[in-house]
Amino acid sequence: MSETEFRQPTLSRRHILLGTAAVGLMALPRWAAATPAEAEAVVAKLAGSAKPAASRIALQLPQIAENGNSVQFSVSVDSPMTETDYVKSIHIIADQNPYPEVATFYLSPANGKAEVTMRMRLAKTQNVRAIALMSDGSVHQAQQEVKVTIGGCGG
Amino acid sequence: MLTRRDFLQVAAATAAALPGGLARAADNGAVTQDDLLAFKPVGQVTLLNFCDIHAQLVPLYYREPAINLGVGAARGLPPHLTGKDFLTYFGLKAGTRAAYMFTCDDFTALARRYGRVGGVDRIATLVKAIRAERPGNTLLLDSGDTWQGSYTALKAGGEDMVGVMRHLGVDAMTGHWEFTYGNDRVKELASKLGFPFLASNVRDTEWDEEVFAHTAFFDRGGVKVAVIGQAFPYTPIANPRWMIPTWSFGIRESEMQQRVDAARAAGAQLVVMLSHNGFDTDRKMAQQVKGIDVILTGHTHDAIPAAIKVGSTLLVGAGSHGKFLARLDLDVRDGKVADYAFKLIPVLADVIAPDQDMAALVANIREPHKAELGRVLGRADSLLYRRDNLNGTFDDLICDALLQERDAEIALSPGFRWGATLLPGQAITLEDVYNQTAITYPAAYRNAMTGKTLKETLEGVADNLFNPDPYYQQGGDMVRVGGMSYTIAPDQPLGKRITDMRLTRTGKPIDPAKTYTVAGWASVTKGTEGPPIWDVVTQYVAGKSVVTVPERQRVKVVGI
Repeated sequence: MSETEFRQPTLSRRHILLGTAAVGLMALPRWAAATPAEAEAVVAKLAGSAKPAASRIALQLPQIAENGNSVQFSVSVDSPMTETDYVKSIHIIADQNPYPEVATFYLSPANGKAEVTMRMRLAKTQNVRAIALMSDGSVHQAQQEVKVTIGGCGG
Repeated sequence: MLTRRDFLQVAAATAAALPGGLARAADNGAVTQDDLLAFKPVGQVTLLNFCDIHAQLVPLYYREPAINLGVGAARGLPPHLTGKDFLTYFGLKAGTRAAYMFTCDDFTALARRYGRVGGVDRIATLVKAIRAERPGNTLLLDSGDTWQGSYTALKAGGEDMVGVMRHLGVDAMTGHWEFTYGNDRVKELASKLGFPFLASNVRDTEWDEEVFAHTAFFDRGGVKVAVIGQAFPYTPIANPRWMIPTWSFGIRESEMQQRVDAARAAGAQLVVMLSHNGFDTDRKMAQQVKGIDVILTGHTHDAIPAAIKVGSTLLVGAGSHGKFLARLDLDVRDGKVADYAFKLIPVLADVIAPDQDMAALVANIREPHKAELGRVLGRADSLLYRRDNLNGTFDDLICDALLQERDAEIALSPGFRWGATLLPGQAITLEDVYNQTAITYPAAYRNAMTGKTLKETLEGVADNLFNPDPYYQQGGDMVRVGGMSYTIAPDQPLGKRITDMRLTRTGKPIDPAKTYTVAGWASVTKGTEGPPIWDVVTQYVAGKSVVTVPERQRVKVVGI
């Protein structure tokens, strides 16, 4: 399976490369996990002066990962995707991955709807966020904990 | 607490099991098959449901838990009530047949008085009688964990249970332990069922495509009924993923909402979720997903004498091991449940006449294995049971066997909820050992493990059991330990629940840096080596001849 399976938006070569880069970076030898503070800094940089609102954006993730090396996520943003009101970009932040910035999807009204799907690697149990930057400057955020756990003993 | 209406329904169910009702609840007088079946029908649809039979074909004993802790919002709510608290909540009396069926107090004495429970030939008798009474109205639904848990099912690769369920006339099922026969075998057996194997939440890992049908529609009493299956969401985590490498599970709540909406759009007037989520997860799902009328819950083995109402959804917990058959009658008006009646029918083996056809089928299945099944290895001198959140005497026996036969300092045994109970004085047969151990990944490993790894293991399993959000729970009980003790604080977060781990032999604290020899079984890792656990236990019991397992206090619970 490909690590760069995007579903909805049409992707330029640049976007594919971005996705690949985000996934590929984790192979680099930086073992220490990011701290939640570092992840906060990433979010702050993205959001600028806007305060992320917990609305209009839905993040779908498993509660417990079956395989931390391949965790599927889907993000959808409630947006008309018109010239005057659309989602500019969707960012996935894994708070405690070696590099928290997992993926960035750039969108335009031509996408028709703001929905993306990809798979990522998660180093450990952690909080994952999806952040949408809108054309009007507002920022929306959804988050969920994903457990990367030992198995056995169920049932 | 129960509403007056719920109370009356529980009282009615108990009264049926005890002629004269609660007033004579302490009476141990005779009850008949007709008393057990007595039910004033309601509405157009009768749902019959069982779950977690675990391939038990013949009557057995099964002790309900003494410890079943609820965390978060579930604290103090069914199913997290045991003993006297359970009896009080449901208006039942100690020492009665109902107390025997639903709780563990005085278990040995009550078991001797009321006898064995379950047996698919007894269930067949009940199903036939209810179908005869409600022809065209009845749906028989199996919430899963049917194909695994016995010697015969293990030898037959689950196929014996397929024959039994076909004969019983099951209308649909979902699964969990079924998947431990592997992708190909599950697909093969599902194709032989003659009824749908429903699993809305199982997807192909490559293309995210559906592996099984998610919904089946039935017409009962003029009502279009949609049954949506939900397999155990954490099968590839709790059980070996390598056996089902191309299937992905998960709770998939938003997808369940889509299924429900689609079923309604297709004209369903009654939407039933046939679930192996476990009770707490189903309670949350009932709150989150709109439009489910009934959830037939499986996995956590909870026997609950009333249908539990969550919003406008009715939750049924039908116990395990064939101990109960749930009957839920529904009056459906304008796509809503206008009225209902519920009874968890106790399958008392001494009271219900076996169905002859099913009895013959069971005899056929068992005949080739007769000598092995009946091979007596020793005798139990104390009550041997498994089900409890934290420990069980049968697990203590398995841990003792691992410590001795595998020459280990510490033993770990999985917190399965299945396994028949043995009374003091009862012979321990090879069948009894398999009833506790019959899995497809039975290797009893012997590993070196650091104290740090041990602590992380216990913490991880504790979080699977006691995470306050049920969507993060896996539904198994706590891993059992031998050769060590510890203290657990269920209310604490991950990493802070387990303290005071001590090696029993020396009384000294477990040193995170030190390496210990650990024996265990049911590892989900591919290629685990060691003799099958049933051989280890068999050898140990045969060497002892009489097995006494005292109630030990290896685990101390604090803060709850």
